[in-house]
Order: sequence, then C-alpha cells, then structure tokens
Amino acid sequence: MTDTLDTSSVIGRPLRRKEDAKLLHGRTNWTDNIQLPGTLHMAIVRSPMAHAKVTKVDVSEALKQPNVVAAYNAAELGDLNSVVPCVWPVTDDTVMPPFPALTGDKVRHVGDCVAVVLATDAASAEDALAYVDVEYEPLPAVVNMIDAISPGSELVHGDATNNTCYVYDLGGGYEDELAKHSDVVRVKRRFVNQRLIPAFMEPRAVVAAPMGMSDEITVWTSTQIPHVLRVLLQLVTGIPEQNLRIIAPDVGGGFGGKLQCYREEILVTQLARKLGRPVKWNETRSEDMVATHHGRDQIQDIELAATKDGKFIGLKVDLLANMGGYLQIITPGIPLLGMFMYPAIYKMDAYQFQCTGVFTNSTPTDAYRGAGRPEATFAIERIVDEMAAELGMEPMELRTKNWIEHHEFPFTTVAGLTYDTGNYEAATAKAMDMFGYHELRAEQKARRESGDPVQLGIGISTFTEMCGLAPSRTLGALKYAAGGWEHCTIRLLPSGKVELVTGTSPHGQGHETAWSQIASEILGIPVDDIDVIHSDTGRSPYGMDTYGSRSLAVGGQAIKKAADRVIENARPIAAHQLECSANDLEFANGAFSVKGDPEKTVTLGALAWAAFAAHNLPDGVEPMISGEATVDPEDFSYPHGTHLAAMEVDTETGKVKLRKYVCVDDVGNQVNPMIVEGQVHGGLAQGIGQALYEGAEYDSDGNLLTASLADYLIPSAADLPSFETGSTVTPSTTHSLGTKGVGEAGAIASTPAIINGIVDALRPMGVTDVLMPASPQNVWRAIQAAKGASA
Amino acid sequence: MIPAKFDYVRPSTVDEAVAALVAAGEDAKVLGGGQSLMPVLRLRMGEPSVVVDTTRIDEMKGITDAGDAIVIGAGTTHDAVTKSDLVRQHAALLAAATDTVADRQIRHRGTVGGAMAHADPAGDQPPVALAMGASFTIAGPSGRRTVPASEFFVDYFTTAVGPDEVLVSVSVPKHTGWGAHYEKFNRTAQAWAIVGVAATVRMDGGSIAEAEVGLTNMGPGPVKATAVEQALVGASTMAAITAAASHAAEGTSPNSDIHAESDYREHLARVLTARAVAKAAGIS
Repeated sequence: MTDTLDTSSVIGRPLRRKEDAKLLHGRTNWTDNIQLPGTLHMAIVRSPMAHAKVTKVDVSEALKQPNVVAAYNAAELGDLNSVVPCVWPVTDDTVMPPFPALTGDKVRHVGDCVAVVLATDAASAEDALAYVDVEYEPLPAVVNMIDAISPGSELVHGDATNNTCYVYDLGGGYEDELAKHSDVVRVKRRFVNQRLIPAFMEPRAVVAAPMGMSDEITVWTSTQIPHVLRVLLQLVTGIPEQNLRIIAPDVGGGFGGKLQCYREEILVTQLARKLGRPVKWNETRSEDMVATHHGRDQIQDIELAATKDGKFIGLKVDLLANMGGYLQIITPGIPLLGMFMYPAIYKMDAYQFQCTGVFTNSTPTDAYRGAGRPEATFAIERIVDEMAAELGMEPMELRTKNWIEHHEFPFTTVAGLTYDTGNYEAATAKAMDMFGYHELRAEQKARRESGDPVQLGIGISTFTEMCGLAPSRTLGALKYAAGGWEHCTIRLLPSGKVELVTGTSPHGQGHETAWSQIASEILGIPVDDIDVIHSDTGRSPYGMDTYGSRSLAVGGQAIKKAADRVIENARPIAAHQLECSANDLEFANGAFSVKGDPEKTVTLGALAWAAFAAHNLPDGVEPMISGEATVDPEDFSYPHGTHLAAMEVDTETGKVKLRKYVCVDDVGNQVNPMIVEGQVHGGLAQGIGQALYEGAEYDSDGNLLTASLADYLIPSAADLPSFETGSTVTPSTTHSLGTKGVGEAGAIASTPAIINGIVDALRPMGVTDVLMPASPQNVWRAIQAAKGASA
Repeated sequence: MIPAKFDYVRPSTVDEAVAALVAAGEDAKVLGGGQSLMPVLRLRMGEPSVVVDTTRIDEMKGITDAGDAIVIGAGTTHDAVTKSDLVRQHAALLAAATDTVADRQIRHRGTVGGAMAHADPAGDQPPVALAMGASFTIAGPSGRRTVPASEFFVDYFTTAVGPDEVLVSVSVPKHTGWGAHYEKFNRTAQAWAIVGVAATVRMDGGSIAEAEVGLTNMGPGPVKATAVEQALVGASTMAAITAAASHAAEGTSPNSDIHAESDYREHLARVLTARAVAKAAGIS
C-alpha cells in the first residue's frame, strides 16, 4: 500500500498476524471461557429508571431462591462497596460526586446498580433478580444538557448546587485579535456531536478468584488496562497491590470502552474476597448498552474568523460536554484531549476555548476511539467547509491557503502543541489523484445542472491528531493522575528464543506480530522465535496499557531501547568468546563479528546458551542476557491525512450512499502495513458509523431508546464500499522508530468527510448542516427545512 | 439473556401440536424457526410456560402446486421460498420480498409461516400476502379453517391464529407472468424496513392492466393500497404511476419511532410506491 517503505527489512513487511491462527481456530481464552471450580455467578439488579430515590432494597426473597448463595444491597455490602475512581479532575474545583459500586440513595441512570445476587449457576442468578424487592420514588429526569444547566433544573447529585461538573476556561483573546483586522468574516455554527456506544464485539466479563493458600486474588477481566486497573483496584478496595494479579485474556475489542475501572470489576473482586470463592460476571448485550460507558455527546459552539481573502484569524470554541450520571476514570478529561486539536492543521493567531462539563441522568461518558479528538476534528473540518461556502471559495483551496506547509515544521500551533513533522501537501495531492477529485467535481456540476434527483457531494477532511499518549510531565500539568511511559523487557532464553515482555495490552491490534517484527529487525532473530508476553501483571509487571494510539508510538520505543540493550549486554560475552575488544565487534543479522575478519563470528543464540551455562563468562559479567527499558515519550506524535468521500444523496428520500472513500494517511514509519491498513479500515467503519448510523438516544424520561443492536445501528461490510487507502511516510522526529500511531486515525478523520460530503451535495438547495447520524429522515428534514426557508 | 424456565414439547404431527397447545392453556408459544421467539424469550419479554416446537412436523414443510395457487407449508424456510421455482414463477413478489428478509443466516432458519404469524408491522411478507390475496390454513381443536389475508392480520403482532391454534400453510394465488418488485427502505443492510412497498402488476400492451400493492410498516399491520391499485389501471407512463402513487398514504396510520416519524413514513410510501410499481411494470 505504500511505495516508499524498505521491504527488505522485517519492519515494514505486511506479515500475516501470528495471533490469527488461534483466533480463527477457536483456541481462544475469552474471560467467559474461564471456568473455575466452585464459581459463583453474579447478576445485577439494575435500575429501570433514570432518576429516582431508592426507598427500599430487600434481597431476602432472592436469597430463598434455588441455588442462590448470597445477595446484597449497598448497605449490606458495607465497607466492600468501594467507590468507582475518577483520576482526572480537570480543574481545582471539579465536582467529584461519590460513585459507590452499588448505589444506596438514588439511581442516576437507567442501568445504575442497586443490588447483586450470587448463585451457583448463571441462570439461577438471573432468575432470582426478579425477587429482589426495590422501591423507587421517581424524580424528574435530567436528560438534556441545556436544560440541565438552566437555573432551577432538577439536580443529578442532590448535594450539589447545580449540574455543572466543571468549567474549564483556556482563555484566548479571540475578540482582541479580530479587532486588529478590518475585513473580518465570521462563521458560527452549533454542532451536535452525538452520544455513541462503543459496542465492542465481546461484552464485558470478569472473573475474580482467591488463589488458594496465598493471599493473591487473581482478576481476569476483559479490559484494555490490566496494569492501570491493578493500581486503581488496590486504591479503592484496599487489597495490597502485590496481592492483586490482573489478567486481560483474549479481549474482543475495546475502542476505549474497556479503558475503565468498572463497578462490576470492583464488585466481583470484593465479593470473591468476601466469599472466598471465585466469582464471575458476564454481561448481556442489553446490559452493555446501558452500563458500558458511552462516548462523545458534546454540543459544540464554534466560530471561525477569516479575512475576506480567506486567511484564518482566529477560532472560538465553547463546549457543553455530557458527563452522564457519574464520573468514570477520565470522564472530565475527554473534551480536553480535544482542546488541543481544534486549530488542527491550520495557522491562525487566536484561539479561545471553554468547556463546561454537565451531569445528566444518563450512562457516564468516557473514552471512545479518538476521545475528544474526533469531536474537535469534526467541528473544525465542518466549520472550514462552511467558511469556504461563506467566502465562495473551493473548500480544498481554503485549506491549502491556511494549512502549515511542509517546510514550516516543526511548527507550534496556536493551541501550544509543536508538531514535529508533516506533509499535508503530499498526502492531499495523492488522495486527490486516487479519488479523481476533478472528475467528480465535473460530475457534480453536471448533476446539479440537470436537476438529477440524486445529487453528488464531495466531502473533505484534512486532519491531524495527537497520538502516543503521553509525555508524563504534560499529563501532570493537565492534572491527570498517572504518567504516560511504557516498558519492555526482552529476555534471551537458553535456546536462543526470545521472550518479549511488553506493558501494552492488545485487544485486537496485532501487537504480538508487530512487536516481534521490531525485535526481529534489531536482534536478527526470526519473528516466529519471539514470544510476546502481555496483559498479565504477574508476567508483565510494568506497563501503562493500550489506548490513545500509544502502543507503538510509546511502547515501540521501549522495545527498541530494550533490544538495543540486549545487544550491548551480549557484547562483552561475544568479545570474550571471539577474543577481541568489544569495540572491534559489529552486530548484524543476529550475530557479532570482528571488524575486518568476518569469519570470526558468534550468533546471539549461541551467546544466549553461553550466558545460561555461564561456564566461561568474562569476569564481572552476570549470567543470562536481557535488556529492559522504560521510555517516557519526548512528545506526542502527530499523524495526519487527507480523506475524501463521494456522497450520493437521494433528494427525494434523504437516503445517502457512500459511493467512494479514499484516504491517504501519514502515520510515519509503518511496522506492518497490513495491520496499519486494517486499523484504518476499522476506524473508518466507526467514524462513518457516527456520521450515518450510530447515535444513542434517550427519551424525556431518560430511557435509552437505542438499547439494542436492532435500534442502535452499526454498519456491517454490506453497508460500506471498498475503501481505497494509501499512505505517505513522513517519519516522526521525536519517536525513535519514526512511527506515529494509527489506532484512531480512521475514526477521527472520516466523520466530517461524510457530513461535509452530504452538505456539499445539498448546498445549492440551501442546506448548511445535517444532524448526525445523517439518517434518511434527518437528511430529508434538512432538505425540507431549507426548502421552507427559501419559500 | 437466559430465558425463564419453560416446558418444551416437540410434536411430529399438526394434531399433536394442537393437542399440546390445548393442554397448555393460553400460556404456550409455538416455535417455528425461532428467529423472533428466541430473542423474546432471551430478553424475557415473554415467559411462556410451554414452547411447542413445530420444526419436526413434515406436513408443515415444503411448497406444492395446487392448480390455481401454490401452497407453502408454514414451516418452510425463507431460503427455501426464495429458491423455489414455483414461487419465482407464480408468486414473484413473494420471492422478491423474502429475499430481503434479514440476512442469509436468518433466512436459513426463519420460516415464512413464523413471520406471518408473528405479524411484525415491519415484516416484509405480510403485505405481499395481503396484496396478492393469500389465504391461511389454521388448525385448532375443532378442525381446520381457512382465513383470507384481509382477516388474518388483526393488529400489532396479532393474527387470527388463536392461542390453541397453529398456522399450517399459506396459499398464494398464482400470478403467473406478473411483474413484481419489493422496494425495501432501511438504514442498514440487515435492518427492518422503515417502509416497504410490495407491488405486482399484470401488463397488457405496455400499460398496467391490474395492480396489487401492499405496504410494510405503514400501520399496525400490512396495508393494501387500494386507491393506488385502482388509479394504476391503464397507466403506461412514469407520470401516471407517480400520480397514482400519490394516493399511497391514504388510509394508513404509520407509527413514529426513532428511525422515522409518521409524516416521513407517509412521504416515503408515496415515493417508494412509484418506484416499486415502475420497476414491477418495467416503466421508467
């Protein structure tokens, strides 16, 4: 898919994934496959109401049901009813309401947890739920964010004075900057970035078990963050950290939805501890829809100002961000991850940003693929198109006029980030060529002139993002509780095989293959001889896990450094065996040889055995060869790309068809182009899903209307065209492998491309925006409204 | 997602099935292909005490030529219907609509009779049965009776089949040589119809001699677009079809839900009816 990679090396080859044979043959180890003797199955009484006082929770009848062993309400759980942690208060006065695993006073969203029942089999536990007697005293539901912050609103948290979680004000001097210009054109829009449900393939599942005579409690959980979870679980449960072992077995997708310390994980762990038996919980899809955290849900007021000839002056952003009923792990911080990205690839002199976090009676929000950056990218790419329309300029020409040119890097944006590299011109030129941009513009013109009921629109998204979370000092400055480093240990085994221990935690990304490729490239050991160990705090004690397109960008650097250290640690043994000075050795293709005497050589595999036997090591050299590294990234990385969508809009019905999708992504050096392409494809499906299909909707009582996959629509392969992907390679200069990260690119870039394409098709009819998801009805209504306005 | 407890019987004849239903009182459910019933059970939206599995009743399977009609056993899968030469030749509209039901896996499990008896307003086949004048053979404790489609579909998820009865077969009058098209409008490939239009026409010298049009999801049950059918007689141009289709929403009572409000459904019915008829008639 790229013509600029060196395929002679292992890095850069589209190797088939090592992990797939196991997955395809069903030799998987999902959490639900874990069956321990004596397991108790937990089922949860969930609130059917969005907002209500809980006046009674009586589990006594449930306890009498067949095979039921235990049942608890919040009070009965007592000290074991730990709080769910939030580690990112974004301001000094962020309101952090208590969030106990079981709620005792009132319920704050449909799906809130009221009681638990444990039985010797899952069916008995589920049957017994109906016998838990709960009395609710209904309260008005706070659903709409604008109503929630209006004076006199019902309060989600009764001891607060309003529903505001925080107000984050970056400041910015937007009006002052505009006052310096005489010819200012302002374009202002309100965009609704709707609520999404992660809807990963494997619903959440947890098993916790006390491990016999030791003090250890092992927790198997379908998570993206075993390491972070261990730290958080010890904090909230009081179980000593060294006694907690967290294992993420095979995990079927996460998309941020499993970047969490869930109340169910806390409950299962505490109940296993209390009852001294393994406890298991496996959620249904119906539970997943209301109880897994949701994503997005922002109302975005955005204003862009430019001179009449189309030079951007400044940008003003004011967000309402829906927190939901409680704060989860990084709920408040998600919009701030987007804060840096609104100015995107554009040069301007002023940027003003404010965000208000709002509590409502809805499922808590948190990270979902892109986490703040898709929202920002959507708003800026949409408003740039609106500015182009206002100025009467071709939208790509307006972008060209304002973006950072490739010779201007490194470039510090008005938001304060320093982009190390980029080449927007190259990616765009390639994308436009692949797309047939000018031909499609000609077809669009012809359809407009002939009054074709099916109109054609071209959607543009020239995006960048910040990846590789994150420099620890930056996280500290943002009041995030933890760091952003990553760890790797590489051990040579006596046989010459390699164990690579990583702190990243894959859940579908292909780390086992890609990490092997990096180590293979450096150590000269075949990919198949490298075993990647991950996602188990017992076998991989240090790590910061997988999210924010960080695993390769940060974890990859740790692999490189650890592998380099393996070679350096092997070097004195090689020098001893070859009877030369360490400085006279060169290392290539898995072997040391003496400079100028290539016959004198010894392989890393042979040295591994020598270091194991330790019969003849040089003085002062310890047996066994390994290398260990913990890398804190120097900076974020900044992938970018140009995405183009050809949208056909049936103006009679409002139905849209994505006819063609072309993207050229620059993710820097690629370790495995096939995996890169797969990540782009999956991201596109999710970003297009937001644009066209997905949207969690509540009624005025706070009931989730899209509570099943029959109503919450996720696109399948049948709904999407064959994507045409390409790439340019502008290596990162701040990351030692020159990589940038690709996990979120497709999801971030594609949503505005689709909506821009629909609006572009309908703009001659007077349409300037379409609500997401751009369902046939929403598109048809936009057309009708424009017709009504012009009539 | 674990159903509540229920008893399970699997009769091998229609009489045994009826006997099992009578024995269970009003609290039994008939299992056909299970594509609608199983989700209901798993979500505990229904908790019947007995499930009567009809999948081993030979009489309820297969498609036969009955002279002026074709008879489809209630337990015949959607997939078998779409692949039947008899259906394709004499009831092309039923084949076309059935081909859009859900996805391939579901069409291999789900049954035509099950879908008719379930009577989901968004189901693709009930409007076909109504438009084409199908009739339904129902067995009960007092024997068998035949009910025309116009009386079979009663309300949301409600048919003329009583709690102690079982649908045995569907008889569709032959429409040999008629053009047919089912225009299904949905958001994703496997989603339910927001609106569907089933149209079949008999052409005579380039104009429409007879038309039958049924609407999906335009009310609590399938709707026969009688005004459209009458207005179509003699139509030979797209303009005439469009004019006739403007009556499509007459007499309908569509629901509002998260995918479409009722006024939008009415608009769609008109647009899609014109398209369905035009395709069935080969007029553009």
